[in-house]
Amino acid sequence: MNWLRTWMLGPEGSAYARQVDNLYVFLVLLSIFFFVLVAGLALGSVVVWRHKKGRKTPHITDHVGLELVWSIVPLIICIGVFFWGLHGWLQYTVAPNEALEITVVAKKWQWAFEYPDGTRTLNEVHVPINKPVRFIMTSEDVLHDFFVPDMRVKADIVPGRYTEVWFNPTVEGLHHATCAEYCGKGHSDMSAKVYVDTPEKYAKWVAEGGDEWKTMSPQEYGLYLYQSKGCETCHTLDGSRLAQGGPTWKGVFGKMEKAGDGKEYKVDENYIRESILNPGAKVVAGYDNIMPTFQGLLREREIRALINFIKLQK
Amino acid sequence: MSLASATHHDASVNYLNEDKGIWSWMTTIDHKRIGIMYLVSVLIAFLLGGVFAMLIRLALLNPKHTVFGTVIMSAETYNKVFTLHGAIMVFLFIIPSIPAALGNFVLPLMLGAKDVAFPRLNLFSYYLYVTGAIMALAAIVGGGIDTGWTFYTPYSTSTQGAVGMMTMAVFVLGFSSIFTGVNFIATVHKLRAPGMGWFNMPLFVWGMYATAVIQVLATPVLSITLVLLLLERVMKIGIFDAAIGGDPVLFQHFFWFYSHPAVYIMILPGMACISEIIPTFCRKTIFGYRSIAFSSVAIALIGFLVWGHHMFVSGQSQLATVLFSFLTFLVAIPSGIKVFNWLATMWRGNISLETPMVYALNFLLLFAIGGLTGIFLGALSTDVHLTDTYFVVAHFHYVMMGGTVIAFLGAIHYWWPKMTGRMYNETWGRIGAVLVFIGFNTTFMTQFLMGSRGMPRRYYNYLDQFQQLHAFSTYGSWILGLGLVINAVGLIVSLFNGIKAGPNPWGGTTLEWQTQSPPIKHNFHDQPVLDRLPYDYRRPIETELEVK
Repeated sequence: MNWLRTWMLGPEGSAYARQVDNLYVFLVLLSIFFFVLVAGLALGSVVVWRHKKGRKTPHITDHVGLELVWSIVPLIICIGVFFWGLHGWLQYTVAPNEALEITVVAKKWQWAFEYPDGTRTLNEVHVPINKPVRFIMTSEDVLHDFFVPDMRVKADIVPGRYTEVWFNPTVEGLHHATCAEYCGKGHSDMSAKVYVDTPEKYAKWVAEGGDEWKTMSPQEYGLYLYQSKGCETCHTLDGSRLAQGGPTWKGVFGKMEKAGDGKEYKVDENYIRESILNPGAKVVAGYDNIMPTFQGLLREREIRALINFIKLQK
Repeated sequence: MSLASATHHDASVNYLNEDKGIWSWMTTIDHKRIGIMYLVSVLIAFLLGGVFAMLIRLALLNPKHTVFGTVIMSAETYNKVFTLHGAIMVFLFIIPSIPAALGNFVLPLMLGAKDVAFPRLNLFSYYLYVTGAIMALAAIVGGGIDTGWTFYTPYSTSTQGAVGMMTMAVFVLGFSSIFTGVNFIATVHKLRAPGMGWFNMPLFVWGMYATAVIQVLATPVLSITLVLLLLERVMKIGIFDAAIGGDPVLFQHFFWFYSHPAVYIMILPGMACISEIIPTFCRKTIFGYRSIAFSSVAIALIGFLVWGHHMFVSGQSQLATVLFSFLTFLVAIPSGIKVFNWLATMWRGNISLETPMVYALNFLLLFAIGGLTGIFLGALSTDVHLTDTYFVVAHFHYVMMGGTVIAFLGAIHYWWPKMTGRMYNETWGRIGAVLVFIGFNTTFMTQFLMGSRGMPRRYYNYLDQFQQLHAFSTYGSWILGLGLVINAVGLIVSLFNGIKAGPNPWGGTTLEWQTQSPPIKHNFHDQPVLDRLPYDYRRPIETELEVK
């Protein structure tokens, strides 16, 4: 049955996921049974008792026994399924005390994660394997929903209050988190990478951050940051302009841009750095001041890499 | 007997041609004409909502949203299109579809009445519907809306677009719905033919009655909620927006307090139609009349207590979540009872497969899937994974389209001879119905799989792993569309060259088949008498039905 489970539900990232999947598979089998019953009776009747002119039909108005059976049997099954679902859900609602706590701040359209030690990341989060992790989440604007399909958990994120999800990951590697509550233009691009690391890898990551940049070319690494940090939600690389977006990066480096204050500025390293850390300072005329600050969300290395990447977009 | 007396009158005069001219239609208080005007209006809404649906599927055909190298729509447009698809289908099509169009036409006939209890209120209700529809169109033209049909705050209080106009359109449409409900309740209480007790009413009437109760009780909550939403948007009164002391989850409670019962406003009429079609084409009495009637009422009542199952992951109280899950399982039981009653009705019947019966079979199979997949979403742990994914999209399409719309299509064919006096072409009707079945399953079965694999709903961009399933779903939508077009053409063509229908082409037992087709303005020449209980086939029925 494992292949069926994986085929229907995708990879499982935790023991809890297996529990959910067991109920799911049971319900699939139950549904197939009842569907075959209904379809068989309906289509069988059509075939067996197809129309013949003048044939009389029996006048059967009810049958108490039968009606009790098809009321009570489904009721018992339903109550059983209710308790099975409740059993799993109770586990989903209560995180263990020793869980690693990560704060999540969601906003259009990015995920910011903050670790207890103050480490902050954007659109990616590293967690150690076989250790429960609890996400305490809030939103800065509209509703969002943190959904990790491999872990079979999700929870809405509501401005003005905290909601939480937790899981105990058992499968190393990359899992996806995604926004499951509609939040506008960038809703479907609002995703985060959830890396489940071995304890050694995790310790190393906490100490130095990721090492993906070491093996990538400046163009590759820049593109990786452009996609993973959410730049692509607003800035294009092909010269086009997105609605409610910012200036394209194509050919922008070295250009003279007119800001909202009427002065012209050269787009150089310092201008880009300022635009990342303090985006409201010199907004190009004709664009809205809507970019969030990335202060504290990008490492120095990453800012430098993005500047290099913009230089490469000729 | 009225059938005999009908022959003494000029059978060529009927409600369609007794008064002439557009003015006679616009000022009519004849429930049949109002029903026809509703029918035309909701079918236009269905067409519009359907075009949006096809556009959505087309945009999702591939991850680049292109057809022949052209991008179909941007993310912003996509968000507007799926919002309009949902809003139009729910508020302008499905909710008024069966009650206001077919219910208006059939309900008084079934009761042996001349008209509904308040004919002028009926016309007023239609004009409110038209006003609401025009306001909705104005909202579409004036910037559109991108909130989703659910109008969740704080997105809906902060986004651009014609949210105010659209919510007020829904407000007006709500009153149209309430007035229809009030009218039907009064009609059922006061205008039943002599000798027709509550348990001699056709089950369609029971379904309409249960629906009307929900319309009257639940709709005001939506109206008030949308007014509050508008006030929040315009005046920042701080009810739903957390930034000024409100609570976004409160909006969801209000919204679903209406919109879950609204699901039953949509499905109960569908069930009501099926309860008419199946006995007629099986020529056998309905099995379990009382349990079907009572389960309609039970669904209407318990349906008010399960709204929180839309909100298991919303941050609502956890105790409430558990209770809502339990109650949700209870409301599943009456629906199951109905399905088994219909199956038992077919058992040992004398079954012919005219288009309405083909649609009734479609309904049984599709609604079974819709109902069974509801169990996945009622159970707490599986719901957490599946909610807000394509699994939910597939589930409610199986219930709303596979249930209500399919029943509506079957019922249009069923009452077509009565409404128009013409028989449609049976071959094309059946071909359309089968194509709709195939297309529907192709479109939405794939979406269950996408959902269980974690594809969230309302997504413009998607991971490559879902590409094949999305493409498959889009191909299905073309088959579905083709089936609907074939049915539409078949019906329209029959208006011009269909053979004339007699009073009772199918051999139905309810009172609407005792008057000529189409009926005269006042329905019956004489007060009809209940000389046969509904679905009683022990005595032969005068019918023109010739099975080919």
